[in-house]
Amino acid sequence: MTKLIRFLPLILVITLGFVLYRGLFLNPQDMPSALVGKKIPDFSLTVLKDKEKLVTKANLVGDIILLNVWATWCPTCKYEHPYLVDIAKNKEIKLYGLNYKDKRNAAQQWLKHYKDPYQFSIFDEKGSLGLDLGVYGAPETFIIDHHGIIRKRFAGAIDTRIWLKEFQPVIAMLIKERAQGK
Amino acid sequence: MKLIINTMTVLLILFYVNTSVAGPAATFEFRDEVTKIRFQALSKELRCPKCQNQNLAGSNSPIANDLRSEIYELLNQGKADSEIVNFMVERYGDFVLYRPRVSALTYILWFGPIVLILFGAIIVTVIVRRKPVEKEDLLLNTEQQDKLKRFLNK
Repeated sequence: MTKLIRFLPLILVITLGFVLYRGLFLNPQDMPSALVGKKIPDFSLTVLKDKEKLVTKANLVGDIILLNVWATWCPTCKYEHPYLVDIAKNKEIKLYGLNYKDKRNAAQQWLKHYKDPYQFSIFDEKGSLGLDLGVYGAPETFIIDHHGIIRKRFAGAIDTRIWLKEFQPVIAMLIKERAQGK
Repeated sequence: MKLIINTMTVLLILFYVNTSVAGPAATFEFRDEVTKIRFQALSKELRCPKCQNQNLAGSNSPIANDLRSEIYELLNQGKADSEIVNFMVERYGDFVLYRPRVSALTYILWFGPIVLILFGAIIVTVIVRRKPVEKEDLLLNTEQQDKLKRFLNK
C-alpha cells in the first residue's frame, strides 16, 4: 500500500501528461453547434440570382440537404469550391448555398466564373440567417435531415478527406433513417 | 524630476489603455448611462466565437462587431440581460459564456477545485495525525551500543 502511494505522483504526472498531449491535437474551432438537433430557424430572404424571389424554410425542408455558407470575401471558400461542384453530383443529397454578408453582384460573378454547384443560394446580405444559425465565419456547412432538423455543423473547408471523415458517415446514417421511414 | 517624469509616463499609459478599451463601443450611442453600462458588461461577459481568447468588447473581428451590434439592438428593444445572454447561447452554445453555467458538463469546472482542496486537506490531516514513531524504537539497544562503542574505540 505504502509502495503504491509512493508511485502515485508519478502516475498522476503521466496521466496529466497524456491528457495535455492529446489537447495539443484538438481543434479549438471544432465546437458542437448549439443548433444540432434543432429545426432550421425561420427566415425569409431572397435568392441570390433573383432579388424578387423569396425563399423560406419551407423551400429547404423535405430532402437530406447540405447548406453551405460561403462568400466571395472568403479565400477558403475558393479552395473548397471544386469539391462542392463534385459533391453536387451526388443524387442522394441537395446542396444549397447561403451567401453570407456578401455583395449580390460579386457573388453572381463568382458563380458564373467557378460554376454553380447549388440548387440555389440564399442571399443573406446582413447575415441575419447566419446569426440565427450561429455562423461565425465562412465556410461552414450544415447537414440537415429530411425533417428540417440540423444534424451536423462543420466549420472549415470541405475536401475529400474531410468529406469522407465528417460527412459521408452522417449522410449514410440519414439515408438509412429515411429508408426506414423515420 | 525623474520621479515626476515617471509618474507622468505611467499616467499617460494608463490613460491610453483606458481609452483604447472603450474604443469598439464608442460607435454606439446609448439612450442612457444604464444601457451603456449594461452594454459594456454584456460585451465583456460574452466570448467572441471566432477569436476564442477574447471577449466581444476586446475583439475587432467581423463577427464580434456583428454580435456587439446585435446586443445593442436587443438592448434598444428593451430585452433583459438574461434574455440577451440566452439569445446568444441558443445560437453559439454555452461556449460564448466566459462564466460557464452550472450543468452536468461543467460540474468538474465548478466543483473540481473544491474537491481537490478537500482531497489535499484529508491527506494532510491523515499525515499529521498519524501516530509519531515511538521514541524508544529510535534508541539503541544494548547490543547496538556495544557495537557502536567497539567502532568508536577502534
